[in-house]
Amino acid sequence: MNDELRAPIAFTVMGILLAIVGFTQSWSVSLSIINLCIISSIMAIGVNLQWGYGGLFNAGVMGFTALGGLTAVLVSHDPIYEAWDKAGVGIIISTIIFILSITALLFVFRNIENKQIRNTLIILIIFFGLIGINNFYGPSINIIESIDPAKTGFLGGLGLPIIFSWLIAAVVAGLVAWVIGKITLRLRSDYLAIATLGISEIVIAVVKHEDWLSRGVKNVSGLDRPVPYEIELQESQWFLNLIESINFSKLEAINSLTSRQDVLNDLVISSSGIFVKLCYAGLFFSVLLLIFYLSQLALNSPWGRMLRAIRDNEEAASAMGKNIFLQHLQIFIIGSAIIGIAGAMLTTLDGQFTPGSYRPLRFTFIIWLMVIIGGSGNNLGSIFGGFFIWFIWIEAEPLSIGFVNMLAGGLEYDNPLRIHLLGSAAHLRLFIMGLLLLLALRFMPKGVIPEKIQKK
Amino acid sequence: MENFEFINAIVLLANFVLVPALSYGSQLALATLSLTIVYGVLRFSNFAQADWMSFGTMAAILFAWLFQSIGITAGIFPTALLALPFAIIVTALFCLLIDRSVYSFYRKQKSQPIVLMIVSVGVMFILQAIVRFIIGPNDRKFFDGEKYIIHALDFKNYFGLEEGLTIKSTQLITVIVALIAMISLFYFLQKTKLGKSMRAYSNNEDLALLSGINPEKIVIVTWIISSILITTAGVLYGLDKSFKPFTYFNLLLPMFAAAIVGGIGSPIGAVIGGYVIAFSEITLTYAYKKFFVYLMPEHLEPSGLMQVLSTDYKFAISFIILVIVLIVRPTGIVRGKII
Amino acid sequence: MTKFLSCTNMTGGYGGEDIIHSCDIEVDKSQIVVIVGPNGAGKSTAMKAMLGMISLKEGNLILDGSDISKLSPQDRVAAGIAFVPQTMNVFSELTVEENLEMGAFLRDDNIQETIGEIYNLFPAMKDKRNQLAGELSGGQRQQVAVSRALMTRPKVLMLDEPTAGVSPIVMKEIFERIITIKNSGVAIVIVEQNAKQALNIADFGYVLVGGENKFSGEGQELLKNQEVRKSFLGG
Ligand SMILES: Nc1ncnc2c1ncn2[C@@H]1O[C@H](COP(=O)(O)OP(=O)(O)OP(=O)(O)O)[C@@H](O)[C@H]1O
Ligand SMILES: [Mg+2]
Repeated sequence: MNDELRAPIAFTVMGILLAIVGFTQSWSVSLSIINLCIISSIMAIGVNLQWGYGGLFNAGVMGFTALGGLTAVLVSHDPIYEAWDKAGVGIIISTIIFILSITALLFVFRNIENKQIRNTLIILIIFFGLIGINNFYGPSINIIESIDPAKTGFLGGLGLPIIFSWLIAAVVAGLVAWVIGKITLRLRSDYLAIATLGISEIVIAVVKHEDWLSRGVKNVSGLDRPVPYEIELQESQWFLNLIESINFSKLEAINSLTSRQDVLNDLVISSSGIFVKLCYAGLFFSVLLLIFYLSQLALNSPWGRMLRAIRDNEEAASAMGKNIFLQHLQIFIIGSAIIGIAGAMLTTLDGQFTPGSYRPLRFTFIIWLMVIIGGSGNNLGSIFGGFFIWFIWIEAEPLSIGFVNMLAGGLEYDNPLRIHLLGSAAHLRLFIMGLLLLLALRFMPKGVIPEKIQKK
Repeated sequence: MENFEFINAIVLLANFVLVPALSYGSQLALATLSLTIVYGVLRFSNFAQADWMSFGTMAAILFAWLFQSIGITAGIFPTALLALPFAIIVTALFCLLIDRSVYSFYRKQKSQPIVLMIVSVGVMFILQAIVRFIIGPNDRKFFDGEKYIIHALDFKNYFGLEEGLTIKSTQLITVIVALIAMISLFYFLQKTKLGKSMRAYSNNEDLALLSGINPEKIVIVTWIISSILITTAGVLYGLDKSFKPFTYFNLLLPMFAAAIVGGIGSPIGAVIGGYVIAFSEITLTYAYKKFFVYLMPEHLEPSGLMQVLSTDYKFAISFIILVIVLIVRPTGIVRGKII
Repeated sequence: MTKFLSCTNMTGGYGGEDIIHSCDIEVDKSQIVVIVGPNGAGKSTAMKAMLGMISLKEGNLILDGSDISKLSPQDRVAAGIAFVPQTMNVFSELTVEENLEMGAFLRDDNIQETIGEIYNLFPAMKDKRNQLAGELSGGQRQQVAVSRALMTRPKVLMLDEPTAGVSPIVMKEIFERIITIKNSGVAIVIVEQNAKQALNIADFGYVLVGGENKFSGEGQELLKNQEVRKSFLGG
């Protein structure tokens, strides 16, 4: 197939698939899928920058996503003044002690040559740091978590519009990536994978268990929205007029005034849902376009060319005096920041932050699948991968259940095997994902939309 | 009385730290060994290894159920031990099937290790699907037989102490089985021709070819050994605690951490790393309050739990140790490279 | 009448451009053949081709009357060719004795006798038998490398720069050992940088330039050849 045609064909097929869902299931479902597809695409671009362009394996996508989600909460939720009044000082002091201890540790580590003195100092710092933190931290979080635990029980956030969190999430995720990158990027390539796997587990542990910060598994719901609420829409005149004018001919055909009003009401209710989703889609799509545009710009700059040169031949690049470590660090930070943005967007879309829902398969390895199937090293491919794999991920579950139903068709209704099979059918989608990944790696290692070979 | 306090404190630590850490450490050491063997010979970080552990354990559970249903048990020992050899065979066969159908292609292509690592992610998905499809994602206990060797109550009564020491039979079985497995493995690697040829292949692939060592045979043996170790580790872990696919998957990080801490690719390092991670996890998440209450005069008794980290942060410990090792001594405790 | 090992008309490379072009190398039992030539001439490549470690476009490879060109490297080893590569030629993480055992991997009979012979040949190795090969000196490592190859009791021994980086004394010693091995009936092919000394012990020599046989002839004959002297032996 002509390579130039691959992208248009791929996206057309994707559009048709989404349209089929729109017609057969509902447009609301189709739009929900699209919104998550867009977010997935953004994550995939983040991973693609790291893997496709930098050759870095980030096994902690989930952690950066969750960091983004946490940022969304901390930026948008109203502050809980009572918690701040009663225990804010304690939290601030323990944070300061924490930062001081880390700084002191780093200082000692870098500047003290004598091993004995260094080790004693390190142990002392850790010991007193822990005592200090425990002294303030424990009592403070007890106070915070006891303030109206059913509703708050945490410090709350800044009370800013949630959309700001998208930017701040990039900074937060980027900072964490900086620390991880500093430690591991000088070492063998698998160490980054393992370290990122670790940091993502830690981030999840923190958001799950630090109730004072994130309410933990009690979840934070009812987050502020960047788009109107359905109820508001249903009560506003312009929306009523809009719906009426769109459906004019359909309404005209109804004779009775009361049933016409009923139909209109139903239409308004269903359309308000769709309208909200469309608003999200518009917002997300703008972010996707912006990130895509900026990534392309960066990658076609001398900086991007150097990055690819390093990926393709690390030895030659280092012989030419390129600072490989710095380049890797930069791309790792940028990629993680993009994933952080997507994480914040996801929490914005959900309107809630549910730490228990972060699973590595869903948030790390599926994203990898998107990048590889889409085409490593091609941002357009990642966008396609994001759409396609998310679509499959969503639709694979009903498909597997249907498939198993068909298989078990001959069995009696209350046959235990049948019940077991149907109960487990949903897990088959993992199988489909694994199979897709293996098949792609084997038969289409460059992905659906391969990287364009740059002319020298 | 003074003396008793001291003995109580020691028994307390033995009961809540030493014994659990020894058995968890043994399980982790076996699992890490299998990761290390695959790494050393096939040269990639196998992300599916924790799910092989699930798979092997699932096979053992199914065999154990089968045996129980036809009335075969192992008396005071858990039936799962009887099932272990069968589970190993099934796991090894499946491993070899996956190797034939998936990994061997990339080996022939001489693909980069990182490609094989991504391939292993695909295998990981498939294994997770199979395990969840067959046995489900839920927690399962499959322990039967005699539960305790020493029970806390008996211990207290016998010695007249306030603290009791419990040793579960699974803990003793774990340590013994792990010891046997490790000794056999080291004997195999150091003393047998096949084992030496595995080390040779791991050290210098081309020269191994020039010596007439058959790489395909080495690969097969590697997967078989890996299956033996990982299935054994999984069954022991499940007997001791319980079997849940997600919990097993989460052992991947401690396994990797142990492998790197010990020195990646070095079997001795894997064992040391396994115990280091296990002991750190348990000593750092144990609340020492009661321990100090025994030891300290009354007015100095601590008020807090005296816990360095809450148990919720077990992962963090693997990670922190990993990071410290990466900063201070990236080659690991035993400078590892090959098996 | 073809030689014991006869590799003729070899053309090929590593997948890209051909490195060697219609290259011929032949050796008979109890004979030392030396290949010399500038760096990058394709000497190592020619050896790899003889072992089947690269696939040739063309070439006739006959060992003891039978065609070996379709055999894998392992099968050629089994057929009696042993090779000591230029680099990474020992199992650095295995002990000296284990290196020897690995050399004898394909043998099922008692190898202790051969090990004894090798300790006689290279007495220094007996003392170091339990040391890791990677911890030996360069000269000792070369001895281990040659010994590992000898463990198969080969009919043809191929050595790629066995004296690289060793002192003149050790070099002399290694050459003496090689002559001993030759006298036991083995056919030997050596690639050498120390061309003069090597040609001195050679029964036959090839000068390889740009992947082609530039000169060939008996060792002494090449040593006397003015052109060869000027361009390759430093006058
Ligand atoms: N593995 C390889 N892949 C591709 N090209 C190679 C490889 N090994 C060697 N070459 C190329 O083949 C050519 C001949 O190399 P070869 O090693 O045969 O030279 P040589 O005569 O042994 O030189 P030296 O005396 O330095 O050992 C060189 O140009 C080299 O760049
Ligand atoms: Mg050479």
